[in-house]
Amino acid sequence: MTMIFGVPLAVFMGQLMLGLINGAFYALLSLGLAVIFGLLKIVNFAHGAMYMLGAFAALLGLQTLGLNYWLALLLVPLLVGGLGMLIERYMLRRIAHLDHLYGLLLTFGLALIAEGTLINFFGVSGSSYPTPTALQGGYNLGFMFLPIYRAWVLLAALVVCLGTWFIIERTRLGAYLRAGTENSALMQAFGVNVPQLVTLTYGFGVALAAFAGVLAAPLYPVSPTMGSSLLIVVFAVVVIGGMGSILGAVLTGLGMGLVEGLTKVYYPEAANTVIFLVMVLVLLVRPAGLFGKEA
Amino acid sequence: MNQAAETLTDYPDLEGAEMLRVRNLNAFYGESHILHGVDFDVKRGELVTLLGRNGAGRSTTLKAIMNMVGRRTGSIVINGNETLGMKPHRIPRLGIGYCPEERGIFASLDVEENLLLPPTVRSGGMSIDDIYAMFPHLYERRRSQGTRLSGGEQQMLAMARILRTGARLLLLDEITEGLAPVIVQALGEVLVKLKARGMTIVLVEQNFRFAAPLADRHFVMEHGRIIEEIGAAELASRRDHLNTLLGV
Repeated sequence: MTMIFGVPLAVFMGQLMLGLINGAFYALLSLGLAVIFGLLKIVNFAHGAMYMLGAFAALLGLQTLGLNYWLALLLVPLLVGGLGMLIERYMLRRIAHLDHLYGLLLTFGLALIAEGTLINFFGVSGSSYPTPTALQGGYNLGFMFLPIYRAWVLLAALVVCLGTWFIIERTRLGAYLRAGTENSALMQAFGVNVPQLVTLTYGFGVALAAFAGVLAAPLYPVSPTMGSSLLIVVFAVVVIGGMGSILGAVLTGLGMGLVEGLTKVYYPEAANTVIFLVMVLVLLVRPAGLFGKEA
Repeated sequence: MNQAAETLTDYPDLEGAEMLRVRNLNAFYGESHILHGVDFDVKRGELVTLLGRNGAGRSTTLKAIMNMVGRRTGSIVINGNETLGMKPHRIPRLGIGYCPEERGIFASLDVEENLLLPPTVRSGGMSIDDIYAMFPHLYERRRSQGTRLSGGEQQMLAMARILRTGARLLLLDEITEGLAPVIVQALGEVLVKLKARGMTIVLVEQNFRFAAPLADRHFVMEHGRIIEEIGAAELASRRDHLNTLLGV
């Protein structure tokens, strides 16, 4: 059997694949955080809760309405994104003139409320969401076994990330967003309805988190705490990548997933902390992050 | 709502009709009271200047018209519409283009994106080809990052992008500041062309020699109010008086 540094190739590739899958979720979530931070300057602590709500909405939709996976993938981000727009419009906007720390605290509070409420009804043990029939099974690639659902997650996450990058970097709406990030007062003086843009942006960032949540439902136990545990890592990813760039958020997310996967192969004990180690190193050497603009 | 705002402004472009009327305008940044009852008006097709020393309230007057300062009281009528209660993003849709003192070129956008950024507010704006004909440098550098342009080119860009929107009233804040004489001269030629196209222009200017031959009327500001109005015809006879006011 082929070995890589003393590890069987199949195990090595399998862990790499798992790392990439985790990285895909890091990428989707840190992308949403970066988009929101860019325009609102708020660190959205509710992001993990929105991811969790996405997974829960898919699960409850299936159990109560028979909503299938594909419809959930389409409808749940719209639903949770709509909730996000309400949160922005009626809560975050009221405190937008205050220090951005208040926005952070508000979203943190919302996350705790969402998590606590769902724990009250569903407990913390988590439920499983069935893998959609069309995506069950896997391929034997010879050097590794590739579950179809994992391949799909990776593909879907990449398409959504690249789509987001395209919208932001290559379209007129994206130009509004970038310009609004730099100087929103001037954008208003050009006749752009910036408050509306802010609402849509927050809704979009939250919808990305919910989309990730639906994607995650068949992979991980759907539990009220699934978001908060993931969010800590995602914040570390954001710090490593820097808030400055969309592509940076995506690449750092995937890259950190891989780093985590490789650590699992060679030194499993450190797998849960390696990202934070990288974060510390990056902060020491390049405080603005790998892709961030130096102040 | 949008529709209503559009039709209200669709007055015929009559030469000499009132484009902008400011009455007893007071403006505040937080606790500080910046404008103390500013009164002036601008007729359609006119080019007027706001002159005065630094801190006299000229830039704040433009910002107050755009609803970019804190609190405002008084009256600002644009094209027959009272705008004091209007949201900031509604005001430019009355056909106003604003060019800020700091130019406001976006670093995350290239030159052409900067140019195409401001939404069209009225029909009849200049086409992108017309704009590139007027500012050939911008065409050559259209793929450069906006803030990589020279100061003069950035100023041209800041002007050019509001010409595309169909704005008929231009509020231009210190457009010659810090620019080389040859560029200042080019800007003067642009203003002459814009005036010939029937644009109404309010020019906040430090460089009086630049403004003098272009303007129909001059308003001199001090301590947040207009203290003197001087028509182009009186300029020669009142030059000394004006120099005293401006402290030059």
